[in-house]
Amino acid sequence: MIDNFSIIGKPIAMVDAAGKTTGAGKYTDDLTLPGMLIGKILHSPYPHARIKKLDASRALALPGVVAVVIGEDAPNKYGILPVGHDETALAVGKVRYVGDNVACVVAETEGIAEKAMELIDVEYEPLPAYFDPEESMKAEADLIHDEKPHNIEKDYHHVFGEPDAGFAEADEITEGRYIANEVTHAAMEPHSTLASFEIDPQTGNPGRLVVWSSTQVPYYLQHKLSIVLDMPMSQIRVIKPLVGGGFGGKSEVIPLEIIAAVAARKAKAPVKITYTREEVFWAHRGRPRTVVDLKTGVKRDGRITSVAARVVQDGGAYCSYGVVTILYSGALLGALYDIPNIRYDGYRVLTNKPACGAMRGHGTVNVRFAFESQLDELAAKIGMDPAAIRERNLLKAPTITVNGLRVQSYGLPECISQTVTRSKWRERKGKLPRGRGLGIACSHYVSGAANSIIRSDMPHSTVNIKIDRDGGVVVYTGASDIGQGSDTMVAQIVAEVLGCTLARVKVIAADTDLTPIDIGSYSSRVTFMNGNATLRAAEAVKKQIVEAAARRMQCDAGDVLMRGDCVWRKSVRGETAPDANAKSAAMEQSAPTASGRVEGQILRGSVQQKRKEEIVKDQMSFEEAVVAAIDFHGALTGTGSYAPPPEARGGKHKGAGVGPSPAYSYSAQVAEVAVDEETGEVTVLKIWAAHDCGRALNPVSVEGQVIGSVWMGLGQALQEEMVWKDGLLMNPGMLEYRSPSATESPEIECIIVESVDPEGPFGAKEASEGSLAAAIPAIANAIYDAVGVRLRESPFTPERVLAALRAKKVGAKKIDLTESVDPTNPQAFREHGGALWYRGKGPARHASDAAVAHHKGAARGNSSRDSRERPSAGGDD
Amino acid sequence: MKKVLLTLNVNGREHEFACEPNALLLDALRVDLGLTGSKRACDDSSCGACTVLLDGTPMLSCALLAASCEGQKITTVEGIAEHGSLAAIQKAYGDWGGAQCGFCTPGFMVTVHWLLEQNPNPTEEEIRHALSGNLCRCTGYTQMYQAVKAAIEAEKKGIAHTAERTDA
Repeated sequence: MIDNFSIIGKPIAMVDAAGKTTGAGKYTDDLTLPGMLIGKILHSPYPHARIKKLDASRALALPGVVAVVIGEDAPNKYGILPVGHDETALAVGKVRYVGDNVACVVAETEGIAEKAMELIDVEYEPLPAYFDPEESMKAEADLIHDEKPHNIEKDYHHVFGEPDAGFAEADEITEGRYIANEVTHAAMEPHSTLASFEIDPQTGNPGRLVVWSSTQVPYYLQHKLSIVLDMPMSQIRVIKPLVGGGFGGKSEVIPLEIIAAVAARKAKAPVKITYTREEVFWAHRGRPRTVVDLKTGVKRDGRITSVAARVVQDGGAYCSYGVVTILYSGALLGALYDIPNIRYDGYRVLTNKPACGAMRGHGTVNVRFAFESQLDELAAKIGMDPAAIRERNLLKAPTITVNGLRVQSYGLPECISQTVTRSKWRERKGKLPRGRGLGIACSHYVSGAANSIIRSDMPHSTVNIKIDRDGGVVVYTGASDIGQGSDTMVAQIVAEVLGCTLARVKVIAADTDLTPIDIGSYSSRVTFMNGNATLRAAEAVKKQIVEAAARRMQCDAGDVLMRGDCVWRKSVRGETAPDANAKSAAMEQSAPTASGRVEGQILRGSVQQKRKEEIVKDQMSFEEAVVAAIDFHGALTGTGSYAPPPEARGGKHKGAGVGPSPAYSYSAQVAEVAVDEETGEVTVLKIWAAHDCGRALNPVSVEGQVIGSVWMGLGQALQEEMVWKDGLLMNPGMLEYRSPSATESPEIECIIVESVDPEGPFGAKEASEGSLAAAIPAIANAIYDAVGVRLRESPFTPERVLAALRAKKVGAKKIDLTESVDPTNPQAFREHGGALWYRGKGPARHASDAAVAHHKGAARGNSSRDSRERPSAGGDD
Repeated sequence: MKKVLLTLNVNGREHEFACEPNALLLDALRVDLGLTGSKRACDDSSCGACTVLLDGTPMLSCALLAASCEGQKITTVEGIAEHGSLAAIQKAYGDWGGAQCGFCTPGFMVTVHWLLEQNPNPTEEEIRHALSGNLCRCTGYTQMYQAVKAAIEAEKKGIAHTAERTDA
């Protein structure tokens, strides 16, 4: 493969940038159809209740109301995972969280629909509700889903290597509980769906369904619509317009997408539903609150001997991606460092809150926060530099980890050394004045899951290319651009392979009628998988053009080069593209033939031109070569597809399907912080982030993705948090959720590391998620360096920092801001909430769980310290 | 509610239309006038995606009644482009990665346009301050500062409209 690229590796503007900066680009909510109605969804005010009666007659009587849709209109269950079909479009018999979908009013205007919602009479019978996963796991009756005993969605217990022997071998062992509170994507574009039925040409009844939706996964949406509406997939067309950010929040089928289609069917008219911002928070699918009980053992030289983790995730009321999330949390303990022994116990628990799902860095972030914090603690214990202990535990790639993950390209060593150098770590670490600190942490992520959600041997991505006589290259790709720039990536790859300008390439993306199947934009799979499919499709087309050009130039196909919109003979004109003068001469010579000659007739050409064409050349224009190829082969099209190789698909244990990826990205970060000990405020001054993305196809985009994910990690580290009170979200707005503004966002320096993966397109891997996780522990470690307190509960708000500083002071009175305990030693969720009702004991509790200590009648603080010193007993039984 | 007849001057053009007296300017622009560049994103006037200029001052169109804007000159993102081609700031946002998903971008375009009209040579601090009323969830803002600085440079050189797009 040539290293000297013409378009790959160049910083270029996204192909759809102008549409975004001028306001001309259309997002779903910008679309209207003639006769379109507006849908509004009525939500549950109760966290857990049976619907005793639902009467919409008063609403239907209101002028302008066309239909009211209820759960019974579409009772088929669906869910993003085949093992988690537990949702219905609208509640059937029961609601499971405040904000659950009860009914949908379809009316001529939004105002009428809102008024009509108040006229729907719903009688609820409240049920006991569960808000804390530890309490929820004790439930015997009034389960959230009848088929899930103890409200446990799924639990996994994995042992790789010999964890106990590993701990026995260790010189130092640290155990601790880390809590990461719940965060959400808060993409700028609220979800929106427009659904319309075409008229069936035979019967005049509603026929094919067309849906425009803000989705990362058009093909999954098509599949779920077919399940709920009982329609064949071929009768459903899903189109993704511009999408205003996803971050995982649009990576599964969100209730409004199904509801809009059901409503359009019932109202017999196009229906658009757009969520309000508050509804977006209820739809959620964000990162679950997670309790991580972590134990790590190291040798005195810093080698990690064993890791044991017990992870409990507060999953909310539906499965969503939950089973995958809890598996990622365990699987991605591997593949970053060389860890010989791993024990993992993961519990995904149902509670009466909005469902959690996939969010940027899916499943890995909260465990990575715990792990990297604990590694810092261990480094301090054995007197080792935090950067050095990370370098001590590097993998030796290529390798297969103890839990079956295949690592081929591994840029972590360079990421660490780059951040250490750029931040002047060695010169400054430990030498900054009090209140200032440096912290380091690493993270990684998959470049797409090697096994798709729906187990099959089908390709994960397929791409078609068509070139016509006008020389225009049209690429049909299922890749869903959600702002990350996949359309641009596809155009770049095609232009690079065909040696044509980017302006020639038109990308048609994410329309299930036009584009071949691609499973969607999630798990950072698009560049790797759709990029590879694109590369193969472009190479298939190139082969045809080269063959025809070689025939025309009467040479070997191996002698033909394509670049800079030119096709030429290497042996005559050399390796580099013909210079400008030669090119213009070539253009002159060949221009007339671009008009195109079809077999048996001459369209606009002449006999004279035909004769001219027959002169043997050593160089052709791109158009000329295309015309030659069409004349020679017939239609000029190419297809490429990608399925991860069997070697990359992981081990055989239960749950082994999640975690394996054809390639992993790596990140190392150093954060510099200032901590105000009077107010507890943490200011991040700068973050140096080195990210191994294999090869940066478009450095501007890679930097944007890396900086964006570090920034999102920073939000989770310092201020973003979903605050709950008895199942009610207390901050369902951008203002209260506190997404960082320009003035709160520090400088983030992105350092691109290119390890050139052997299987990635031009060596590329993922760039959009892997850097998020490291930001949180890097900041936690920097806070420790600055003021000597270890924060084990995120976000590190001024309150928590103050409480931690206070807890450290000898003789200071403890402040109990909430029900929380010392944030350096958290035992339970901050807002405990608790179950309104529970019976029985539930499954085995971890020894360091506060509830266990409580049952033993010992004082909370003392007993938890005791249990910390015992080897981890509970969890895996 | 009974509709009233309104005349709004948007991007230099007079539009006469009927709308409810309690309609927000944002809804009038998006629904009645079909100018969908201004976005609705937060519902609590905290994100700035709907920013328009009202007689040259940036305002949130989700916090204004359409009926109260009669007689004032409204400039939306659709009115930022110059002579039918990209303004320097629009091109720079594309080239420097200032726009990812693009949903917040119209608000930023209007805000930055205003900033550079007021202060053609802002300091980094002034840029940060000016942008702090607009939220973005994709970029972390870093590349936006680069874009703003690039736009200032381009304006200085006067090459904004003649420079070739790097991707063409």
